[in-house]
Amino acid sequence: MSSKVALTGNEALAQAMRQINPDVVAAYPITPQTAMVQTFSQFVADGEVDTEYVTVESEHSAMSATVGASAAGARAMTATAANGLALMWEVLYIASGTRLPIVMPVVNRALSGPINIHCDHSDAMGARDSGWIQLYAENAQEAYDNAIQALRISEHKDVMLPTMVNLDGFITSHAVESLEILADSDVKEFIGEYKAEHHLLDSKNPIAVGPLDLQDFYFEHKMQQSIAMENSKEVILEVAKEYKELSGREYEFFEEYKLDDAEIGIVALNSTAGTAKGAVDNLREQGVKAGLLKIRVYRPFPGEEIAEVLKSLKAVAVLDRAESFSTNGGPVFGDIRSILYNIKADVEVVNYIYGLGGRDIKVGEIESVYRDLEEIIDSGNVKNRVSHLGVRE
Amino acid sequence: MIKPGDGYKSIPKGGLILEGGNAKRYNTGGWRTKKPVLDKDRCINCHLCWAFCPDVSILSKDGVVSDQIDYDHCKGCGICANECPVNAIEMVKE
Repeated sequence: MSSKVALTGNEALAQAMRQINPDVVAAYPITPQTAMVQTFSQFVADGEVDTEYVTVESEHSAMSATVGASAAGARAMTATAANGLALMWEVLYIASGTRLPIVMPVVNRALSGPINIHCDHSDAMGARDSGWIQLYAENAQEAYDNAIQALRISEHKDVMLPTMVNLDGFITSHAVESLEILADSDVKEFIGEYKAEHHLLDSKNPIAVGPLDLQDFYFEHKMQQSIAMENSKEVILEVAKEYKELSGREYEFFEEYKLDDAEIGIVALNSTAGTAKGAVDNLREQGVKAGLLKIRVYRPFPGEEIAEVLKSLKAVAVLDRAESFSTNGGPVFGDIRSILYNIKADVEVVNYIYGLGGRDIKVGEIESVYRDLEEIIDSGNVKNRVSHLGVRE
Repeated sequence: MIKPGDGYKSIPKGGLILEGGNAKRYNTGGWRTKKPVLDKDRCINCHLCWAFCPDVSILSKDGVVSDQIDYDHCKGCGICANECPVNAIEMVKE
């Protein structure tokens, strides 16, 4: 039996971690993730889980200890945010390159400097090419559901890649929401027992992990990673299907909100998608054919599938909660525009960088983006390919 | 066993080496510029060279240090010659 509970996003993820009952968690507290690992460490202290909790002195050590535990055959998890993720950087690549199925919630927060602790996606977007699968969540329910599914995706034999479970700092991590959590026994059954094919504690079959890998084989190992990322697409859908049977909640690569007959659309990730749904509803009442595409799976990038949906629109705005400083727009914009070019779609795509450092994004601002799209269609002109939404001059 | 030239479809994932003790197959002797040569007439069989060699290349059989050094794996670091108390080991240019 699942139960309806009122929890913050951090508490919901701590509950997911309790139900997953990892063999090892090595984590370092950082705002806005702190409450997640703090709550989980209480579960450890109270004996509610069997987890070996390693208190480390930094995120570099947190990810290193998690890598070590995973290489030893443990189901290992950690969690972080912002500068913590940045400090893990080199070890992120070691985790994915060594094909360790680590699952890590990332509470999205701006990277310093200047120092800021509030929500944007500069942390996770910087890590988008680190070989980790990236899932994004509109609210605490989705973050919880993604965390449970992430175990199955990462540990699938055709994948064996780590996964970041992203949720918005403060907006999702600290707001109390009503959500359903599964029964402990259902989660246990769903994720099953993790049995690593090869691990360091298997004394009968000794292996070496992380040896020098130079010109002669490194490229082949990267190719394997690339294929695993491709394989993960099918696994993500399979796991979602099975999860729907268990939970009744449906997940795909992305969610289409009122896109069927839409002429203009917005692409967004995480909590802003919820705000955008409000804007879509308002505009629909006024007869505007507006829709939303909310990306759940950003790595691997379901390019063909997204292009198939967006190609029927007349104009699309991509909302990026991260600056790439490329002077050509944000990271999601680059990906979306590129896939539409592949199919030579006749749809204008513009970019809005917004919400940096936790700057609030309001329904009215998103409505103004849709109005801009209407103007692009009417005039046939794009005045600003890339705009910064909500910044003061 | 992985062979040179193997492709991504056949090699283990993530750079794993799925067997133990295989460093033996990696001949590091080619790195050497000078090789140790042991003069058995001077050798007092103290085994310091044997104990200090980082590559297990000084061989000992039945309690006697052999002048048959494992040149497949000796990198020519010269530690053995440095440690020898009776100067029985000379580093000779390859």
